[in-house]
Amino acid sequence: MKKTYKIEVDCAACALKMEEAAKKTEGVNDAQVSFMTQKMKVEFEEGREEEHVMKNVLKACRKVEPDCEIFM
Amino acid sequence: MNKKQKRVLYRIIISTILIIGLSVVFELTEVNKYLQAALYLVPYIVIGYDILRKAGLGIIHREVFDENFLMAVATVGAMLLGEYREGVAVMLFYQIGELFQSYAVGKSRKNITELMDIRPDYANIEEDGKLVEVDPDDVEIGTVIVVQPGEKVPIDGIVVEGNSSLNTSALTGESIPVDVTCGDEIISGCVNISGLIKIKTTKEFGESTASKIIDLVENSSMKKSRSENFITRFAHYYTPAVCYAAVALALIPPIFNILMGNPALWGQWIQRALTFLVISCPCALVISIPLSFFGGIGAASARGILVKGSNYLEKLAQTKYVVFDKTGTLTKGVFEVTGIYPDASFGTGEEAEKTLLKYAAYAESYSNHPISKSLKEAYGKEIDNEEVSDVTEIGGHGVKAVVSGKEVAAGNMKLMKQIGIKCNEPDKTGTIVHVAVDNKYAGCILIADIIKENSVKAIKELKNSGVKKTIMLTGDSKKVASDVGGKLGLDEVRSELLPADKVNEVEKIINSKDKNEVLAFVGDGINDAPVLARADIGIAMGAMGSDAAIEAADIVLMDDDPAKISLAMKISSKTLRIVRQNIVFALLVKAVCLILGAIGIANMWIAIFADVGVMVIAVLNAMRALRTKNM
Repeated sequence: MKKTYKIEVDCAACALKMEEAAKKTEGVNDAQVSFMTQKMKVEFEEGREEEHVMKNVLKACRKVEPDCEIFM
Repeated sequence: MNKKQKRVLYRIIISTILIIGLSVVFELTEVNKYLQAALYLVPYIVIGYDILRKAGLGIIHREVFDENFLMAVATVGAMLLGEYREGVAVMLFYQIGELFQSYAVGKSRKNITELMDIRPDYANIEEDGKLVEVDPDDVEIGTVIVVQPGEKVPIDGIVVEGNSSLNTSALTGESIPVDVTCGDEIISGCVNISGLIKIKTTKEFGESTASKIIDLVENSSMKKSRSENFITRFAHYYTPAVCYAAVALALIPPIFNILMGNPALWGQWIQRALTFLVISCPCALVISIPLSFFGGIGAASARGILVKGSNYLEKLAQTKYVVFDKTGTLTKGVFEVTGIYPDASFGTGEEAEKTLLKYAAYAESYSNHPISKSLKEAYGKEIDNEEVSDVTEIGGHGVKAVVSGKEVAAGNMKLMKQIGIKCNEPDKTGTIVHVAVDNKYAGCILIADIIKENSVKAIKELKNSGVKKTIMLTGDSKKVASDVGGKLGLDEVRSELLPADKVNEVEKIINSKDKNEVLAFVGDGINDAPVLARADIGIAMGAMGSDAAIEAADIVLMDDDPAKISLAMKISSKTLRIVRQNIVFALLVKAVCLILGAIGIANMWIAIFADVGVMVIAVLNAMRALRTKNM
């Protein structure tokens, strides 16, 4: 299950950090962040509830970049 | 400028005025040192509160060593050392740099995305005689939508009413208008130029060409190039390394001083360490490299070349072997009459040629074979069915018919033999149709798949771009293949291959080449999917409408022009050149500044230039990747 989310992030290094943070979140198989298109593509583990996982992804991202936003 | 940037701008203006005001006042009048510090805190908070907040949050989340942390430590350090004005000014200058950088990056991003913007915003549906704009996402398959002149075609479909010309430049990069009329299939992303047309949709919006292309290009920046991965890995080691170096710089010399019995000079060395930290920020690399690739991808897509990932754009410049499929790639893939040769007994000159073609076209007029079609097309005039009678098709041989009262036989050598006519096979490559009229040999017509106008140029340009070998694979006969190969100046031709053999041939070439050399396969995507996948880079041609091509290939040429391959290679080399320039430039400036900072020559101002200035220059350089005018 893959899904793409619109995000808001100010710098490329921060986007990299968000990607790392999202990848480490439980329930996420893989994640990619494109600073250029301001998008995050998340591949969920089988049988996970996206909404719940994404909440944790946002939490993890906020930790590394307080100003970021993920539009769900 | 967006809201956020405007707010920063106001803060910059306010704090600049405050600093200048305070400096003037303090120059003119004696003010208590503590009061000075308190007053300088006002512009410092105005300009730096968000940085301080983020730095604080970073410490709480154990995410130290980012820019915010560095700036906070550096400026707070300066304030504690009693250099209030310096502290505020450094923060101010940093914010100016950040603002400029965010503006430049935002602008570049917008430029690139605009270049690729073929996203239709709405679709028109007729309701009770009125046009209603609806979200293209809500349009179901089979709905009739109206496209007015000047509007984008939002969804793929078939024209059911009206005539018009379409501008396909957003898809192909070529602004040659295409005429469409009832029954024609059209794809989304084209712009309607002249007349109002009604289209019955055949796909959902999400499955339409425009959506697919947008999706593809937007995802392309997620497939990271080796350079980008290198930078990520580099930053992984680099950032902690400089941090430890800074700590060492702050601790070791003062301790050494104490041991030697000299004054420790803690303040001086801590300041140098802070300067060192500010210089070290790897942002210039982290931002400019993806931006260059994105610019390159954007530039390519504006010319009708879709690159599916930064990694492919990176590899493309190293292409040393280009393997082509013949039909549909180097040749047009449609049969055309390329020569008419009336027998001497039938007559000579243009008149005889026309008559010969007429007989052949009439005799074959009932057939739907591609060869018959090409004869009819070459004849060009309406066929009068009244004049054709008694048509007998002889499978594998040809056709016999009575045309205008004359017995005409048109077909291959076998047919001629069968009706007892002696003739010679002319020494030409292609399919030959012999014609006999009233049992006398009249001549022959040569039908061949013709080479695309740009193929010769394409091969020549590939050679100029450093390609070692150009190879053509085809299922066609050896004679046809070597004829085409000779005309195009290809290095090697491998013929009479079954589709499965093509994979084996490509495999063989891949095994024989050097590891660093890249092999690109160019095909029309219809039955080349396995080869496209096996090659280092699969390039599909003529994606207009072919989903299979878009799926299987790494690079898609939106029109049929093989010359676009070398253009893509040029864009790739230029992008790589810019990436290298940025890496070398940023690392060099950083290295020099780091050394100068460590020995105390570079102050905080130079440090900020090394951080923000280098980044801005690198971003501006990255934007050059967008320009392809002179290619």
